[in-house]
Amino acid sequence: MNKYLVLAVVLVIYVAVGHKILRKAFRNIKNGQIFDENFLMVVATFGSLAMGEYEEAIMVMVLYRIGEYFQDKAVAKSRRSIADLMDIRPDYANIEGENGELQQVDPEDVEVGTVITIKPGERVPLDGVIEEGESRLDTAALTGESMPRTVEEGDEVYSGTINLNGLLKVKVTKPCSESTATRILELVEEAADNKGKAEKFITRFARYYTPIVCGLALAVAVIPSLVTGDWATWVHRALIFLVVSCPCALVISVPLSFFAGIGGASSKGVLIKGGNYLEALSKADTVVFDKTGTLTKGVFSVVAVHPEGITEEELLELAAIAESFSDHPISKSLADEYKRRTRKRVDKGRVESFEEFAGEGVVTIVDGKKLQCGNRRLMERVGVKWHDCHLHGTTVHIAIDGRYEGHIVIADVEKDDAKDAIKALKNQGVSRTVMLTGDKQDIASDVAADLGLDKYYAEMMPEDKVHKVEELIATKGEGKTVAFVGDGINDAPVLSRSDVGIAMGSMGSAAAVEAADIVLMNDKPSDVALAIRIAKKTMRIIYENIWFSIGIKVLVLILAAFGFANMWLAIFADVGVCMLAILNAMRALRIR
Amino acid sequence: MKKSFKVKGIDCANCAAKLEEGISKLPGVEKATVSFMTEKLTLTAADDKFEEVLEAAKALTKKLEPDWEIVEK
Repeated sequence: MNKYLVLAVVLVIYVAVGHKILRKAFRNIKNGQIFDENFLMVVATFGSLAMGEYEEAIMVMVLYRIGEYFQDKAVAKSRRSIADLMDIRPDYANIEGENGELQQVDPEDVEVGTVITIKPGERVPLDGVIEEGESRLDTAALTGESMPRTVEEGDEVYSGTINLNGLLKVKVTKPCSESTATRILELVEEAADNKGKAEKFITRFARYYTPIVCGLALAVAVIPSLVTGDWATWVHRALIFLVVSCPCALVISVPLSFFAGIGGASSKGVLIKGGNYLEALSKADTVVFDKTGTLTKGVFSVVAVHPEGITEEELLELAAIAESFSDHPISKSLADEYKRRTRKRVDKGRVESFEEFAGEGVVTIVDGKKLQCGNRRLMERVGVKWHDCHLHGTTVHIAIDGRYEGHIVIADVEKDDAKDAIKALKNQGVSRTVMLTGDKQDIASDVAADLGLDKYYAEMMPEDKVHKVEELIATKGEGKTVAFVGDGINDAPVLSRSDVGIAMGSMGSAAAVEAADIVLMNDKPSDVALAIRIAKKTMRIIYENIWFSIGIKVLVLILAAFGFANMWLAIFADVGVCMLAILNAMRALRIR
Repeated sequence: MKKSFKVKGIDCANCAAKLEEGISKLPGVEKATVSFMTEKLTLTAADDKFEEVLEAAKALTKKLEPDWEIVEK
């Protein structure tokens, strides 16, 4: 009588603790999808109950539920911290009402062309151009860059940045659905759809793993028992088997690691479009760069002023004035350099007459003197003796009244971090760094030598670049990948042909964001090495988790088979390992 | 047409995989992905069949796990 009372009490407690698991397990059986962790738990605890191990059955259920609770917490927390990281969606935009007062409206309702007001401390809700005001913007949410960016009238601003100190009036240039903030969010969210190989493997693994473990447990329960006749011991060992073998640690931690890695990277301005690209990037042994706009700034600036007889400032002033009526890019570079050095604008009023020779240069009258300014062909035309510069680039020669005054060299300059970028790649184990460019041989060789690139190919047409990348793919290391880094202009075919296409995002260029697998929001070549570092770290964490979880489980399974493991150890091997794997996965979010 | 929805209540990666597999096999579905991390279903199907397919996906979700719900974002 007493015995039945105990059993009744035990069953009440058991159902109270485990009803959720029981319900799920039976529903799965009804749906024809029997094998999952709920099923394993139900079989294990039913077994314990049947053998009269009441305490054990209840404790297993209680601990499993506690473990589940913490898992849910951990997953919810990591979801939240990733979401916080990407919290760049603006809540409202201020528009001016009829009486000049400000109204808060949903950014989605703001039409292109509307002027919005952004107060200090507010997030920029939409992309636009500043009509009025100047301020500093915190772009960290988009680029990870901690230095605020100074903006003034006429500058573009991007949604997701934060206005630090000035009041801005901004004319909206893009609807909310196409704004930078929306595009980045979509991109990172969609990243979860492009699952990595490791993630797919785990899903497949889980599908076969549970039935196999159940089969093994059945074998452990039956075969030795038939031989030894000791059913109680072997059935108990089989139950431990079932508890150990829950695949949770793997099926949660692997997708979590991928997502954390992608989330962490996006906080540094590196947008990765999927776990598969993260995986491919971690194996890059060849990184191919486009030159202009990628390793170099893509704008021409004055690199040298070599006067003969007069001062550098004088020579620069002459050239800037002479070219001031030309709309050639060179004229702008000269004016910029003049402004930078003297803090003065070019005085166009001094030009009395102006004649341009296309592809050669200009001949002008300035202050009553004949000023000739252009390339070697112009010098020959006007019959001035000139000499070349040892520097490569575009050389502008200057002469006054037929007397040679010197030359100015204009070239596309390397980005500040280009040299470090190549060094960092070498440190990351990238064995081949290659540069492809449509530029001339001498310029390409200067840049390649200066940056320390392994190889360069000059005077390449866009289709040559595709062929070259295919060649590099054919000769890459076993199991390695080739990454191509471009600025997204004319690069689309190469970006898609390479194993991993990386685009310089130059915040706002939709084409680049579209074509590439990875987008660098900062336009910094050194971020390629950062991206590889993040990819490698994430993949290392994933493999750590896979081996750690499987290792512990196999170990406990073996111990259980020989009778050295009890139910407590089994619970640890399931729930404990899962918690550790989740904590490890979250490390992928933190990037120094 | 490709559209994404929120899947409320999805609490394990294994279940997400199960749901993804189930929805992928529904007639009319070109591609379906369910992400456990973002609690998101991305469904691709022909424009004229989309509503129909979505209804079937919702019904399947309910059947697999009454706690889950597909909602428009």
